[in-house]
Amino acid sequence: MTPEGIVRVFLRPQFPELLLTHVELSALAVGIAVLIALPVALAVRSSPLGTAVAINVGNVGRAVPSLALLALALPFLGFGFAPSLVALTALAIPPILINATTGLREVSDEVVDAARGMGLSESQILRDIQLPIAAPVIFAGVRTSAVQVVASATLATFIGGGGLGNLIVEGFQRGDEAILLAGALSVAALAVATEVLFGALERALTPKGLRLTRRKRTK
Amino acid sequence: MEFVPAGFVLLQQLEPRIMDWGWVRENFAEDVLPALVGHVYLSGVSLAIALAISLPTGVLVARYRKAYPPVVFLAGLLFTIPSLALFAILVTVPGIGIGPNAVIIALVAYSILVLVRNTVAGLDSVPPETIDAARGMGLTARQILFKVELPLALPVIVAGVRIATVTVIGIATIGAYIAGGGLGQLIFDGIDRLFPTMIITGAALATALAVAADVGLLLLERRLRPWARRAGGQG
Repeated sequence: MTPEGIVRVFLRPQFPELLLTHVELSALAVGIAVLIALPVALAVRSSPLGTAVAINVGNVGRAVPSLALLALALPFLGFGFAPSLVALTALAIPPILINATTGLREVSDEVVDAARGMGLSESQILRDIQLPIAAPVIFAGVRTSAVQVVASATLATFIGGGGLGNLIVEGFQRGDEAILLAGALSVAALAVATEVLFGALERALTPKGLRLTRRKRTK
Repeated sequence: MEFVPAGFVLLQQLEPRIMDWGWVRENFAEDVLPALVGHVYLSGVSLAIALAISLPTGVLVARYRKAYPPVVFLAGLLFTIPSLALFAILVTVPGIGIGPNAVIIALVAYSILVLVRNTVAGLDSVPPETIDAARGMGLTARQILFKVELPLALPVIVAGVRIATVTVIGIATIGAYIAGGGLGQLIFDGIDRLFPTMIITGAALATALAVAADVGLLLLERRLRPWARRAGGQG
């Protein structure tokens, strides 16, 4: 195994296709998960019971091993891209649901009361006060979810979902370390890139007034 | 030819395909139980090693703050690497190869971030007044660490152990791909043989194990909170 051998794998015509499938699976899963988790979090925000249920469902969901979820899609949905997408979406929901629910809950009552006293309507309070204040926490959930989904999408190969995991499996089956490491290094690089990208987005999304206090809190 | 309603044929074909309890009964002692025991072993050994590394490291970097950012950065980088990729990299390292050792090394690596971070956060949460009072009572630095700081930091440390345990139990399933054994073996065998019963058994047990560990450690964490202890009325 030589570095040139690894580079040769990256130069294969199929490589961009595998990378694209991996990114597609991950982006769609996180996107759909946001569309499911965020409305649920908004719906339960004024009910303590609903909030508790959402957080507990999220906590249990987060404990489900990713391989278990992907493998379970096989007997019920079959092989391929779509079953992998369903499993990865289910995997992406819990972190977003937990953070969106807690983020909205932790907007202090005094702030909301003050806004109400200033004559803002409930929808204005949500759009101009609650969502901007909760945005960093919500986005932190999206980031956790995205990094986790990019990692778990590697396992989609086991149920025929494609992606960069294909290279790792091919490397193992052929006993070819160059293919194995090309797969491992590209997946690792994609995960780290996702983390860095979402970290930067998270910082950009934090309202200016919150930046200082947030830094203090997360010391 | 005997007439059989189509729906009946479908049901007969589908039912054993989804969950064959007979298989579970017949193979419980031979396949299912060893996989479960192997899984608990892999996770337990990894967590024990990770704690033995992380607790002293956490105490050290809580003291020497300059070392904290690089340690957390490195551990965070390791944590971000997808498990199948880390397994693939580890098996190419001479002297490791496939098998439980590579799995345990990866599981330890994944646990260090959260364990070190929570140890430091736990030690930070001890009020300086408490440490001053302990010093005023004549306790040595070592006594303050073991009798004051660590006990007060324990709930936060246990919270870290809880996250690490759930993570480790989940990732250990993937370790079966590099011959690490455990419940993932049932899942991968089930996929290879297109036998849903094995997939569902492995996946359900791995999920149950992770959820049970999560809930169990959460209860322990709550018991360890000083206010919970006071409310419970016991010392």
